[in-house]
Amino acid sequence: MTNIEVTPGMFSSAETKPNLKTPITLVIAALVVLIFFGFLGKAGDITFVWSEKREAIQLPPFVVNSMLFCTVVGALLLMIGLLSTALSIRKQNTPVWLIAIYSLGAMMALLGWLATEATQGVQMIFILGNTLVLAIPLIFGGMAGIMSERVGVVNIAIEGQLLTGAFIAAVVGTITGNLYVGMLAAMVAAGLLSVVLASLAIKYLVEQIIIGVLLNVLVIGITNFLYSAWIDDDSINLNFPGTFEKISIPFLSEIPVLGQVLFNNRITVYLMFIMVPLLWYILFRTKLGLRARAVGEHPLAADTVGINVAKTRFWWVTIGGSVAGLGGAALTLGNVGSFGREMSAGLGFIALAVVILGRWQPIYVTLGALLFGFTIILKVWANQVSPGIPVDFITMVPYLVTLVAVAGFAGKVKPPAASGQPYVKA
Amino acid sequence: MSKKKDLAKVKPQQDRATSVLHEIMAGDPVRIALSILLGFIIGAIFMVVFDKNVVKAWSDFGADPIYAISTVWWTIQDGYGALFRGSIFNFNANDFIAAIRPFTETLRFAAPLIMAGLGVALTFRVGLFNIGATGQILVGLAGSTFVATRLEMPIIIHMLVAVFAAVVCAMIWGIIVGVLKARTGAHEVIVTIMLNYVALSLFTYLLRQPELLLEENGGGTPKSDNPDGTARLGLLFGDEFQLHYGLIFAVLATVFYWWLMEKSAFGFRFRMVGHNPSAARAAGIKVENTFVWALAISAGFSGLAAANQGLSVDGGLTTSIEAGIGFDAITVALLGGSRAGGVVMAGLLFGAFKAGSPTMQVAGVSPEVLGVVKALIVLFIAAPPIIRAFYRLPVPGPKVFEAAKKAKEAKVIK
Repeated sequence: MTNIEVTPGMFSSAETKPNLKTPITLVIAALVVLIFFGFLGKAGDITFVWSEKREAIQLPPFVVNSMLFCTVVGALLLMIGLLSTALSIRKQNTPVWLIAIYSLGAMMALLGWLATEATQGVQMIFILGNTLVLAIPLIFGGMAGIMSERVGVVNIAIEGQLLTGAFIAAVVGTITGNLYVGMLAAMVAAGLLSVVLASLAIKYLVEQIIIGVLLNVLVIGITNFLYSAWIDDDSINLNFPGTFEKISIPFLSEIPVLGQVLFNNRITVYLMFIMVPLLWYILFRTKLGLRARAVGEHPLAADTVGINVAKTRFWWVTIGGSVAGLGGAALTLGNVGSFGREMSAGLGFIALAVVILGRWQPIYVTLGALLFGFTIILKVWANQVSPGIPVDFITMVPYLVTLVAVAGFAGKVKPPAASGQPYVKA
Repeated sequence: MSKKKDLAKVKPQQDRATSVLHEIMAGDPVRIALSILLGFIIGAIFMVVFDKNVVKAWSDFGADPIYAISTVWWTIQDGYGALFRGSIFNFNANDFIAAIRPFTETLRFAAPLIMAGLGVALTFRVGLFNIGATGQILVGLAGSTFVATRLEMPIIIHMLVAVFAAVVCAMIWGIIVGVLKARTGAHEVIVTIMLNYVALSLFTYLLRQPELLLEENGGGTPKSDNPDGTARLGLLFGDEFQLHYGLIFAVLATVFYWWLMEKSAFGFRFRMVGHNPSAARAAGIKVENTFVWALAISAGFSGLAAANQGLSVDGGLTTSIEAGIGFDAITVALLGGSRAGGVVMAGLLFGAFKAGSPTMQVAGVSPEVLGVVKALIVLFIAAPPIIRAFYRLPVPGPKVFEAAKKAKEAKVIK
């Protein structure tokens, strides 16, 4: 990020130019599915289970031969890969919905292959539902990353903001007995942490990456201390908030499969449904968003037309921090139900990766976060249905995908041009 | 002077990242001392506020104000006293050996921090932010553990080969970062973070494999045997002390780092790239290759830290043997100003924190407070404006502290 020269005409550099790397990656992965899961795959049957027993509308389970299923899916993926190649040759980008379909197909083939002959089958609701819930902190963290990098401040401190949010939400939620107060407190606290980052980075020009790393260390230190010296002895009164009630949305939650996965959730999930499109709309369809992006791409130009660079950066970074705080609250109040030592466990760093994978665009970032959420649950699930599978490699996949993405093998990924660079008004 | 200022205006982005690092490196002793002092003061506040006795005494302050105030003092004295007894000199001990044992423990904990810290420091000097020491240590551990548990060799040679294996494996991991950075322009921060996770999964996978690292008759838990007796890092001062040969490696690493960075032509090239990559390029230095070299050598230092951990372990080796050293190395390098001497001092300070923790626990003060103290000290060092504002120090002259000067200018214009 530091090596990019800021030149006029570099606006929207976060968007991509088509090249052949994406199609090649897609074709290779499709061939892997076709050959290893299909032709050389397992002989048994796969059972896809679509409904849970308590649901009103029951879909019959889908039973299919493993080799046949994976061969068909592999062929489909190969077709998408070839289509993408054709598009690239015509200098067109592969549309994201096509890549989303591709990922879904690859995911189904992987799940099916893993669960061949397994008695419980592929429990789609369990897998998809957990994918979503586990991805929520990542998505909010990713939104925080977008908000600060789009205005040109690198936010390594997402990890710390998530952890702050998780801690404050649990403690304030327990003390006040009101989880919504806990959630708000989490947002305020993480926002304040961001104020430190923003003011040191913007006003005092301290290197953003160093500050981010150190704020993480500080938050880990403080929460570890408070956990052991304060809340651990009296966790009933200080660290026992429980989780938000699940809200079932009428009618929508009755839809088979998707209803249970999407519309029978806690408030943190619904907030994400609102937050992501909202941020997308603000960034790309409003004057406010245009100004923010201008500050992140070319602060000098933005300054010249009268935008207050420092102020814009300050507020976007700060509000971004409180969004990450919400992600932390989603971790405790939206999933686990209490705070644990260093419970963010690197999610903030994964959020950084997700921001890059999603090319600084809220909706793509959300898809990237879902990929990570999927691998977290896949690791747990794969161990149950198919013991002996090397789960460590499954864990590794999203990180490798991110590496491939930053190294430019899967399309050129460019950050906002002025990301990480302070602006000194001359 | 004026020309220099103009240049800075034309390309503020280029100069800045490096000049901030220079400011941190140039850190004067006074500011460092004040930062450490302030870190300990705030740590004391944390200790006192969350101590049950103190809270109880202050809740009925009126009854016995002198007692309330004295509890504050006693808590601080208990906490930091225990830290001193656990890490430097135990004046309660019965004999001399027991009295100086704490200091040898500090040295034992400091050695890997110093070695990994030197690695991170090296990349700082080249203007890179390498936070990949964690991954490099894990991969290095895989190498040294394989040699130490699967191969048979004569004593000493076995140990040296195991150390060498750790260094080489870690260097490969570092070279990956360097090549990705040099060839594709991928940012090293993201690459190293990702590689840390990949290394963790890879190491866990290797630990599960019976033919590679898994312990004899091991089950599902990823854990290896102890290193063979021939490969172990021997004890330095007999059975009374746990201090082992890792310390010697740390001393050698420090001397090598000093020679490399301050005396060798290679180090001169590193520093030149760190100061100003454009100028270095203009002077004919292959900047990209320098990045690869720097990351490789840096990872080699992390590999030494890995060998230190893996070849001194008792009771089998798991992923937890890394013990956060890779991350602590960043703070060590920052606090030490990326200089050999500074890194040693910083490593000793944080080693003392690790050595003193159990004694603090026994004294009834949560040693986790040291994590706060550590983070604060480095934050104050890395962010000079905070410490200057707190102690009302003057902003130093423009020649050394360019970034601070710019900050002041920016303020004045506003």
